[in-house]
Amino acid sequence: MPLTSEFLPYQSGRNVAGPAKVSARGVNVFYGDKQALKAVDLDIGTNEVTALIGPSGCGKSTFLRCLNRMNDLIEGARVTGTITLDRQDIYDRALDVVQLRARVGMVFQKPNPFPKSIYDNVAYGPRIHGLAQTAAEFDEIVEGSLQRAGLFDEVKDRLDEPGTGLSGGQQQRLCIARAIAVSPEVILMDEPCSALDPIATAKVEELIDELRENFTIVIVTHSMQQAARVSQRTAFFHLGELVEVGDTEQIFTNPRHKLTQGYITGRFG
Amino acid sequence: MTEMVEQMRISAVAEKVEARLRKRYGVERRFRLYGVAAIAVALTFLAVLLFSVLSQGVSAFRQNEVRLAISFDPAVIDPDGRRDHAILANADYAALIRQALLAHFPDADDRTGRRELSRLMSQGAELELRKLVLSDPSVIGTRRELWLPVTAAVDQLAKGHISRAAEQGGQFSERELARFDVLVAQGLLQPRFNKWLFTQGDSRQPEMAGLLGAIVGSFYALVVTLALSFPLGVATAVYLEEFAGTNRWTDLVEVNINNLAAVPSIVFGLLGLEIFLNLFGLPRSAPFVGGLCLTLVSLPTIIIAARVSLKAVPPWIREAAVGLGASRLQVVSHHVLPLAMPGILTGTIIGMARAVGESAPLLMIGMVAFIVDVPATPMDPATALPVQIYLWAASPERAFIERTSAAILVLLCFLAAMNAAAIYLRKRFERRW
Ligand SMILES: Nc1ncnc2c1ncn2[C@@H]1O[C@H](COP(=O)(O)OP(=O)(O)OP(=O)(O)O)[C@@H](O)[C@H]1O
Ligand SMILES: [Mg+2]
Repeated sequence: MPLTSEFLPYQSGRNVAGPAKVSARGVNVFYGDKQALKAVDLDIGTNEVTALIGPSGCGKSTFLRCLNRMNDLIEGARVTGTITLDRQDIYDRALDVVQLRARVGMVFQKPNPFPKSIYDNVAYGPRIHGLAQTAAEFDEIVEGSLQRAGLFDEVKDRLDEPGTGLSGGQQQRLCIARAIAVSPEVILMDEPCSALDPIATAKVEELIDELRENFTIVIVTHSMQQAARVSQRTAFFHLGELVEVGDTEQIFTNPRHKLTQGYITGRFG
Repeated sequence: MTEMVEQMRISAVAEKVEARLRKRYGVERRFRLYGVAAIAVALTFLAVLLFSVLSQGVSAFRQNEVRLAISFDPAVIDPDGRRDHAILANADYAALIRQALLAHFPDADDRTGRRELSRLMSQGAELELRKLVLSDPSVIGTRRELWLPVTAAVDQLAKGHISRAAEQGGQFSERELARFDVLVAQGLLQPRFNKWLFTQGDSRQPEMAGLLGAIVGSFYALVVTLALSFPLGVATAVYLEEFAGTNRWTDLVEVNINNLAAVPSIVFGLLGLEIFLNLFGLPRSAPFVGGLCLTLVSLPTIIIAARVSLKAVPPWIREAAVGLGASRLQVVSHHVLPLAMPGILTGTIIGMARAVGESAPLLMIGMVAFIVDVPATPMDPATALPVQIYLWAASPERAFIERTSAAILVLLCFLAAMNAAAIYLRKRFERRW
């Protein structure tokens, strides 16, 4: 069934409660000739967790990567439409992309700490952005970030050991600590728990819930339960189109589109 | 009944599996055998090479010397006692040696006898005495027991490389052979460490010919090569790999670099001759120019190795850094380059090893000249180790045969040291991810 925008009247939930932190209008993404995202309109509310769900290959990661312009790295990727962060167009030529990525941090699917010490992993962002000068300031940022990522107690005695020597779950929390060390406004997470066991997943989910107080979070997940547990709003993608977006509770209890319904009840995808 | 049929079916399957397994093990065993055979062949060739070079070359590290009691006679060295440098430098040291020898062989005090005695000792013996007097004039008037080198012919005779008998090409008279035997019997003529090999430049007299000039020449050339090709190669690789996209222009550059890696080195020598010598007017035979040519030889190797190492850095390292807001240059200099460094260094050392062993381009720019002096700067004329090997291999004297092999051994030691350094660096900087 081809989806056109006419079939998508269920975006009433687009209007978020507070002011939108990030808002996308008519976003198309092309990889070469192939269109991966079609006319996506989506608002991300401040200090809430927005979950992106949908079957594999529907463009969730693609959309996420538009928000901090990671798609710039991919040869042949082209983005049209507008995406604004605090009403400022992030694809504006005048905008410094390095600055943007300091404001919009990212946590990847596979934990990817640098092959450096735990301390250096966390201190790297503040160092390149000049957020601290003295050793004491760095210590404070590193400790604070690890605390907020719930990792400090586990690693405080081995900060100079390589970050790659931690367990998978610890590595992912280290990556979260690394992302929040530069005090971003938005954190993008692409399936952050897909490589983790249930206990580590629970820890990361708890952490996401805490981080919501200070950060705006967008999370891609394949787990309905996870989306239901951590997010306030949920957006369902299908074949490159945004099918439905709304309060998480409404999406899961009373989806308006039958594609959404089919997906969350596990009938396809 | 059905039970039995079932049993048979199972055993038939088991047999098939068994047969397959046996076949698989057989294939595996044979494959391992091929590998071992290949290594054995390679090792045999290596052993033959090493054995032939070693068996010919080790004797060159020893040189026969005679222990003589030299009296530094003031009447011969410094008749007017002014210790004048020019007079000391030009004194008749051969006379001192002759006197010492005559003490052993009083019967040789006639014209043929003197000539025969002078054929015993190397000119290097006179130079030794001269050096001693010039560095410490207080020895004048004293008497010293010294080990002094014999000529290459006597040395080869003592080593058994040339025959005693005149009919088999022996060049010594009966009397000379008798004196030689006396010295050996008294323990006054003995093989000792050949220090000339490592302290002298080239010479027409084999017993005084050394590798120092060639080693220093090679060293200068290598320093120039390293100083130019490492930064150039790494910068090129980083640009091509990290900054230039793929387009027709970079494809062209890539094809050309790969091509250059396969160009015979003599071509780079011709290029060096034309450009560095004829166009820029740089001096002939200079290690500096040699280094420039060798840079051309090793540059493609280094670029290719560096690109491969940069490519091998996992993409998620870049993503992680970019996601934190690192600029392109920061991603490269903070993360990608350090991670690629072990591979780059290994490639560089392999490129350098190739440059050390290269002789063709050096021939073209005149580093093949006969040069006695050890070069003091990279601009002085010099040879290089492989060229020295070539020069000695072309010399007719028997003593140069063993010195050629010795030079090959020295070159092999250098190459082994460089490869060991490559392994060490790789181990040292290797990182896990
Ligand atoms: N670098 C790329 N080059 C070309 N096509 C790409 C690239 N990345 C993604 N695509 C295509 O874009 C579409 C959307 O991919 P995307 O990675 O956004 O999916 P996703 O929703 O994140 O899937 P998953 O849940 O499996 O991660 C897919 O059809 C994919 O094949
Ligand atoms: Mg994805």
